[in-house]
Amino acid sequence: MTEHVVIVGGGTGGSVLANDLADQLGAEIDAGDVRVTLINDCPDHVYKPVWLYVPFGKREPSDARRPLDELVDDRIDLQINRVTDIDTDEETLRLQDGRDVVEYDHLVLATGSTLAADEIPGLAEGGHDYYSESGATELREELLSFTEGHLVLSVVGSPHMCPAAPLEFVFMADDWLRERGLREDVEITYTYPIQRVHGNPHIAEWARPIMDERDIAVETFFNAEEVDPEEDVVRSMEGTEIDYDLLVGIPPHRGIDMIADAGLGDRGWVDVDKHTLEAEAADNVYALGDTAATGVPKAGSVAHYQAGIVAQRIASEIRGYPATATYDGKTLCFIETGMDAASFVEFDYESPPSPAAPSEKLHWSKLAYNESYWLTARGLL
Amino acid sequence: MTETDIEPTATVDARGAACPGPLMDLIGEIRNVDTGAVVCLLSDNEQSLSDVPEWAEEAGNELLAVEEVDDHHAFYVEKA
Repeated sequence: MTEHVVIVGGGTGGSVLANDLADQLGAEIDAGDVRVTLINDCPDHVYKPVWLYVPFGKREPSDARRPLDELVDDRIDLQINRVTDIDTDEETLRLQDGRDVVEYDHLVLATGSTLAADEIPGLAEGGHDYYSESGATELREELLSFTEGHLVLSVVGSPHMCPAAPLEFVFMADDWLRERGLREDVEITYTYPIQRVHGNPHIAEWARPIMDERDIAVETFFNAEEVDPEEDVVRSMEGTEIDYDLLVGIPPHRGIDMIADAGLGDRGWVDVDKHTLEAEAADNVYALGDTAATGVPKAGSVAHYQAGIVAQRIASEIRGYPATATYDGKTLCFIETGMDAASFVEFDYESPPSPAAPSEKLHWSKLAYNESYWLTARGLL
Repeated sequence: MTETDIEPTATVDARGAACPGPLMDLIGEIRNVDTGAVVCLLSDNEQSLSDVPEWAEEAGNELLAVEEVDDHHAFYVEKA
């Protein structure tokens, strides 16, 4: 009997996992004992961290895309299709363009985050973002011609992808505007939903003095309730409001509805054991990356490391061994502090982050990794 | 800490979530309910003991009670 592993989602987690499984189970796949299917609703793999640089004219949206079939091992059955339904009792999936159900023995959900700007009235109309390809492209049009006024970055929803990216954006905007001689004509304000500037207190403690030094105004406990695009005002649940000339909003995020429909977790995030990444509500189901509700950042490094753990666990299960690999919360993140300097953090469930002193070397390390990311997606780095 | 018989309108179970997850879960639920509704947040994160009262005061909502239950706390917040 052939064991069937199905991975839903071809982002960082899904691609790395597929290639890891092809590597670890190559002999079994070649012998016909194991089949690995990767299902993605788009033929391209998208590396989202590139979008941070698009509004500043430093990268093109096309730099973030590569065809999945060039990245995924030939032994993987790649299907461009959309999964519409999961039945964890029957261990089957339904596809949008398929008449038959897909049976699985091991299911991995790596469906990622979606943006839900519509949860905040006026945000889609009044705000811009760099958390989507279209958003980053439209923000570039605005930012490149923005020479004076009030630039407001508001973190509306949390959790969101790449928790450091809002800090990076205001640090980069500050530096970029200074270099162009425009900073005195542009006021920058950063808002955050809780009482500090980042969810992690260690990163918040590090970032706040830099913001103060660089005259980046901060509004904490600011949970945007509505955006008024007519008046150019964003109003908070806490009763405050801020006028803006250019609003960059980090929209609320959700997973996909199918996950809640399958009873696997709320808002599209799968409830998992944070060490084994096994779904709590169903057998033979894993989730990883943004999709897994582990409490760690929704970041590419997390998806990368978790994919390695899930690959080892599934390979062990298929071979009849106890699955012993566990995820320890490992997260790596470069944090741009300007256009030519960056910091770096590394942490896990037990060890808090300690941001490195910003340097040009770390900035170039981040850019170098972004270029070599395609080796990660191939399972090589 | 008090024993309470408050009947919440909605309950958010954020046990196991890392900071600031519990507070953000509470804020998300407060967005969804009507004025006067009571949201109960279950959290086993110690940071919630300071985060939740600070936010409730900032937002003008009332923290009706904090109850210690086994290994977690239950925070009852009434939406203003």
